[in-house]
Amino acid sequence: MHTVRKNLTTLSFLAPALIGIAVFFLYPLGSAVYFSFTKFDLLSVPQWVGLDNYRQMADDPFLLQAVRNTLWMVVVFVPARIIGALGLSMLLAQLRRGAGFFRTVFYLPSLIPPVAATIAFVYLLKPGTGPVDHFLEKIGISGPLWFNSPTWAKPALVLLGLWAVGDLLVIFLAAVLGVPESLYEAASLDGANAWHRFRSITLPSIRPVILFAAVTGVIYTLQYFDQAAVAGSIASGQATVGAGISQSFGYPEGSTFTYPLWLYTVGFRYNALGYANALAIVLFVVALAVTVILMRRARAFSGEEA
Amino acid sequence: MTAVLELPAPPIVEVNHKAKRQNRLAWIARHSIAIVLVIMFLTPVVYLVLLSLMTSKQALTSNYWPDTWHFENYVNVFRSTPLPRYLLNTVSYAVSVTLLTLLSSVPAAYALAKLKFRGQNALFLTIICVMMLPPQVVTVPLYLMWARYGLTGSLAPLIVPALFGDAFTIFLLRQFLLTIPTEYLDAARVDGCGEWRTLLRVVLPMARPGIAAAGLFQFFFCWNDYYGPLLYTSENEHSWTLTLGLASFRTVHHVDWNLVTAATVLAMAPLIIIFFFAQRAFVQGITLTGQK
Repeated sequence: MHTVRKNLTTLSFLAPALIGIAVFFLYPLGSAVYFSFTKFDLLSVPQWVGLDNYRQMADDPFLLQAVRNTLWMVVVFVPARIIGALGLSMLLAQLRRGAGFFRTVFYLPSLIPPVAATIAFVYLLKPGTGPVDHFLEKIGISGPLWFNSPTWAKPALVLLGLWAVGDLLVIFLAAVLGVPESLYEAASLDGANAWHRFRSITLPSIRPVILFAAVTGVIYTLQYFDQAAVAGSIASGQATVGAGISQSFGYPEGSTFTYPLWLYTVGFRYNALGYANALAIVLFVVALAVTVILMRRARAFSGEEA
Repeated sequence: MTAVLELPAPPIVEVNHKAKRQNRLAWIARHSIAIVLVIMFLTPVVYLVLLSLMTSKQALTSNYWPDTWHFENYVNVFRSTPLPRYLLNTVSYAVSVTLLTLLSSVPAAYALAKLKFRGQNALFLTIICVMMLPPQVVTVPLYLMWARYGLTGSLAPLIVPALFGDAFTIFLLRQFLLTIPTEYLDAARVDGCGEWRTLLRVVLPMARPGIAAAGLFQFFFCWNDYYGPLLYTSENEHSWTLTLGLASFRTVHHVDWNLVTAATVLAMAPLIIIFFFAQRAFVQGITLTGQK
C-alpha cells in the first residue's frame, strides 16, 4: 500500500515530463525512422521504398556540399570558439580592477538574438563600404567580400561566433578561477614561467570543461541554422518571404549551405519528406554518438576526482 | 645616519624596482589588450545604433556618423511596419512558454534530484539525449502532427509542448536542486509534510535563484528563437515573431535600412536591459550548465 502511494506521488511529479518525452521525442523519432524508409510529400501517403533514401544520399551533390560545410564548421568554428573563450578567460582572470566591467562587455553579445547579430555583422562586413573594410583600407589592406565571397562567408560566420563567445567564456572563467592558487604558487617556486604554468596547471585542471565545450560545440554546429540562413538571405539582397527564405540558402555559391539548411530545404521546399527524414536520422545518429562520448568521458572524469 | 640609510641591501631594491616595472608593463599590456577587445566587442552594437539614427539615404553610404540625428526612426518603424504585432507575438510566445515550462519542469527536476525511483538514471540519460538532440531531427514528423490538427500557421505548436516540460530546464533545475542539502527536506518530511508540500513550502523558496536562471534562459531562448517560428508560422504573417519579421523586413515591407536597424536595436534592447537587472542569476545559471 505504502509503496504504491509513494510511486503514485513520484509519478505525479514526473507525469508531464514523461508525456512530453513520449509525444514530442519518442513518437516523432519513431516516425522519422519509419518515414526514412518511405517516399511521400504533403499530399501523398508514405510508400515503402526500403533503403532508397539512404542510397540517394550517395549521389546528392548538394548533400556533399552541406556535409563539407558542416565539417568545416566543426573543424574551424568549434576550436576557434574554445580558444577564444579560453584566451579571454585567462585575460579576465589576470585583471583585478574592472574585471566585472570587462566580463559584462564580453558576455553581452551572446545574449543578442542571433538574427539581429547576423544583420549587424552583414552591415559591419559590407564589402567596400562597411566599417571593417573601411578600417582595413586605411591600414593598406583591401578587405575581402566577406558574406558575398564563397571563400570568406564561413570565416565571417566564425567571427560572428567569436563575438558571441560570452556564454562559453563564463563557463571557462569559472573553471580557470577554480584552479587552486596553491598549485600556481608551488610552480612559481619551482621557477615555472607563465606559459609553463598555463600548460602544466591550468590546462589539465580545466580539461573537463574543454571537453564539455567541444562536445556541446559540435552538437551546436550540427544544428547551425539561424545565422547561416539569415546571412545568406540578407547578404544576397534577395531575402524572400517566410519559408521562401530557402531560395537564398547557402549564398554565395552554396558556401554557407550547412547540413540542417539542406534538411530544411529538402523537407519544406522540395517536399521530399521521406528523404528529409533519412537525413534527419543520419543527423540523429551522429549527434547521439557525440553525446555518448561526452557522457562516457564525464563519468570517467567524475570518477577520477571522487 | 647615512650609513644606516644605505644599509638596506641595494641589489634587492633594484630587483624590486625591476619586478615592479615588469609588473607595471604587464599590467599596461593586459589592460590595453582588454580595452582594444572591448572596443571590438562594442563596435557592432554601436554601429547598428548609429545606423538606425541616420536618414535612409545616409544609411546606404559608408559614413558611420549620422549627419543629422533621426530619433523619429524608432517611431516610424512602429507606425509603418507590423513591428507592434511581431513584438506582441514574441512577448506572448516568450512569456507563456517560460511560465508553462517552469510549472511543468520544476516537479520533474525535483523528482530527479531528491526522490528515488526505479529507472531514475535511465530517465535522466533520456533527458540529456533530448537536450542534446538537434531540433531538426524530429522536425518533419512534428510538423506533420501539428498540420493534422490544423495548428500550423500559429504559435501553438511552440507553446503547447511547454506544458510537458523542457529537457534543458529540467536538467538545469536538477543540477541546482542537488545543491540543496537533503536535511532540510528530511526535516519537513519528519514534520509530516507530503512530497508535494515539501516541494512547495521548503524547496521552492530555496530554489528561487535556480528557477530565476532557468526562467531567464527559457525566456531568452524564445525571444531569440528563429527556427521554430520559421517552421510553423512562415505561412501566416499574422503569427510572425520579431526574429522572423527582422529577417524578412526589407523584402516584405520595402523598408529602408535605417528602419531595419532601428527594429534590430529594438529586438535586442529588452534582453540587454533584463540582463543588467538579473546579471547574477545568469552567470550562476551558465556556470551550472558547465558542471557535471
